[in-house]
Amino acid sequence: MSTPTKEAAEPASKIDMKESGGGGEVPSFDVTLQVRRYDPEFSDEARWDEWTVTMYGTDRVLDALHKVKWEIDGSLTFRRSCAHGVCGSDAMRINGRNRLACKVLLKDLDLSKPVLVEPIKGLPVEKDLIVDMEPFFQSYREIMPFMVNNSPAPTGERIQSPEERERFDDTTKCILCAACTSSCPVFWTDGQYFGPAAIVNAHRFIFDSRDDAGDMRLEVLNDKEGVWRCRTTFNCTDACPRGIEVTKAIQEVKRAVLSRSM
Amino acid sequence: MQVHKYDVVIVGAGGAGMRAAIESGQRAHTAVLTKLYPTRSHTGAAQGGMCAALANVEEDNWEWHTFDTVKGGDYLVDQDAAEVMAKEAIDAVLDLEKMGLPFNRTPEGKIDQRRFGGHTRDHGKAAVRRACYAADRTGHMILQTLYQNCVKHNVEFYNEYYVLDLLTVDEEVTREDGTTYMQKKTAGVVSYDLANGEIHVFQAKSVVFATGGLGKIFKTTSNAHTLTADGMALAYRAGIPLEDMEFVQFHPTGLAGLGILLSEAARGEGAILRNSEGERFMERYAPTIKDLAPRDIVARSMANEVREGRGAGPNKGYVLLDLTHLEPAHIDAKLPDITEFARTYLGVEPYTEPVPVFPTCHYAMGGVPTNVNAEVLQDNDTVVPGLYAAGEVACVSVHGSNRLGTNSLLDINVFGKRAGLAAAEYASTAEFVDIPENPTAFTENQLNAMRASTGGERTSTLRTELQETMDANMQVFRSEETIKEALAVIADLRLRYKNVQIQDKGKRFNLDLLEAVELGFLLDMAEVMTVAALHRKESRGGHYREDFPERDDENFMLHSMMYLDPESSTDGTNGIRADTKPVVFTRYEPMERKY
Repeated sequence: MSTPTKEAAEPASKIDMKESGGGGEVPSFDVTLQVRRYDPEFSDEARWDEWTVTMYGTDRVLDALHKVKWEIDGSLTFRRSCAHGVCGSDAMRINGRNRLACKVLLKDLDLSKPVLVEPIKGLPVEKDLIVDMEPFFQSYREIMPFMVNNSPAPTGERIQSPEERERFDDTTKCILCAACTSSCPVFWTDGQYFGPAAIVNAHRFIFDSRDDAGDMRLEVLNDKEGVWRCRTTFNCTDACPRGIEVTKAIQEVKRAVLSRSM
Repeated sequence: MQVHKYDVVIVGAGGAGMRAAIESGQRAHTAVLTKLYPTRSHTGAAQGGMCAALANVEEDNWEWHTFDTVKGGDYLVDQDAAEVMAKEAIDAVLDLEKMGLPFNRTPEGKIDQRRFGGHTRDHGKAAVRRACYAADRTGHMILQTLYQNCVKHNVEFYNEYYVLDLLTVDEEVTREDGTTYMQKKTAGVVSYDLANGEIHVFQAKSVVFATGGLGKIFKTTSNAHTLTADGMALAYRAGIPLEDMEFVQFHPTGLAGLGILLSEAARGEGAILRNSEGERFMERYAPTIKDLAPRDIVARSMANEVREGRGAGPNKGYVLLDLTHLEPAHIDAKLPDITEFARTYLGVEPYTEPVPVFPTCHYAMGGVPTNVNAEVLQDNDTVVPGLYAAGEVACVSVHGSNRLGTNSLLDINVFGKRAGLAAAEYASTAEFVDIPENPTAFTENQLNAMRASTGGERTSTLRTELQETMDANMQVFRSEETIKEALAVIADLRLRYKNVQIQDKGKRFNLDLLEAVELGFLLDMAEVMTVAALHRKESRGGHYREDFPERDDENFMLHSMMYLDPESSTDGTNGIRADTKPVVFTRYEPMERKY
């Protein structure tokens, strides 16, 4: 993050091109999807539906879901927006692991078996792959996810060194998709636990040199439903589609709580 | 039907909507209606930066920024608006920093800045470092920071509420000279709650449209699935004209075949474009600033290389973005996300291999006409009291016929803030306008007809046909022939749209139904765009006519204004009346645009 801008050497006007990659024909293959369906308007029972669709080289799980929705069963329901892993709408359980459907390439899965798609766990299912996100955002709001700075604002920017900026870089990447929180066994059994995403967002401010409310957030997270519930199973780190070292961030917050109380 | 009453209703929770909400929410009783959870908006996909003449790393000033914006827009920019934007850019960046935005820093701890296409020192002498940035996630950081501050200020959100109708009333007004005209007034909006299918009426003194763009009109696009021209279509159907709709920006570097955006910041950091012969072809098209020429020029140059047989890949269908001469550590520090996109989606390693890229539909320069206070206009100069628009849905016009990179993140912040302030200020003295009778009739009839339809047409089939014809006929090269081809297809699709049949008959989270509604927005706006393109018999910025390859200031130094008008017939296209509006000039005379 902190690499200062420097001049790149002027590149050559012309270079020898090797065979530009990309291969020939785009391969196609059949994919069987098994999707967990639930619509309380029509039945209290959840069920599994299965479809086999033909997909292509760079297609993702989201493309297969769209193919079903657009060509076979329009009632299949899931959230999605940007379709390239930055908006956080389409977190779901794919073959038992929390992933963004738009970031999982079909060709990277074992297609000899059906691909299992379920809603993320621990949040109430509303319909098919859509869950109620309110409890998740409630925890997020409770850790005061905004900068608090009590000193008079300067005319220009507040000064922050590249090193200070780097300190919390990892946790600024969070897109609030809930993949981490809904992969956490503690969260599954105790919905009151703040969960990894809220702690990640607290970390983002606690370690920001410009912020003055770190103590208040640490107080909140020292609660019985706070950081101490974390059992460091690393599910969250594995689930994060942004590559945030979630468990490490939680550990850093735990240490900050301890050093503060001493 | 449930009825709510707010001073200010903001429609959309991307950058512009939330920036407006932060201002309005502290001054007036404000609600934000958004069809997505706020942090899902496509502002978050913006990568490279937000320009402001902070002069933190080299000499710069806002007047140079204004000039670049005007020239970049091929002189179709309203210069008074560009001046406002470039001047207020500095505070807009500092506001965000104070809200907590984690900008990259210089060794002295100030906000770092980097180069971006079309942004120059002293009126085009050389590229200048003007873009403030946070790695290649600037939009993500802006969206998160604005949402954080909405939480801080307890802004009231209605999440997953689709707005399906704008309620206005017409009042006859007598001018001083005794003549009369119909004045529109804002009464509120009709909204659909995705969770249960219920219809809500929101009465409001002020309504702010911040609904974003229309990328899904095209097949190859950097835009989200949800960018379906909603706000533009709703305004248009309510009788508001749309300005400069023919101007669509195709971003040069979309991942080939996928359209996923690779930021111009890559070229700002030194990446270059090469054709199949390994040639840095931009040296031929823009000898001074080469790969950092504005997007319309680079996109057309790329398409031209492919057309002339110098495309790379098995089908010679794309060009290559070469980062291989950059240090991997530099790439990791400045461009981490986009290099990951190349790896994830194309399996290409940017450290060692050039990345296949091709232009992708990125941004609508046109939209709902506003003045610099974000007040919506019902014609060339009459304000609709209580109606505001900001961001991509609006046309101020600060982007003219081609937007410069980073100026959209700037636009949403400057004019989002102005919209929020103006909407709250207006609401502090205005009276509520009575909601018209049967306010939900249009919406309910439309939805009920779709639910009941047995016409057998699929939304996705029609949408795909629309997107394919738009890619084929309305992309970076256009001509009367291709435009008319697109118009014919759209006319056919509009007929078939009446027979759209949905499969999901439920009330809960019925996205099948909403996709059908969104297709209606796309078809309306594709038609307006295409008719506007037919009328502009010149080439300017993002609109290039092969049958009229030159800019024609004599006849076309004018904004286009398209009105829904069932009485009118334009070149065989029923129902769209074409008009024009003068461009505002302050200090820059039009010159030939060379880079």
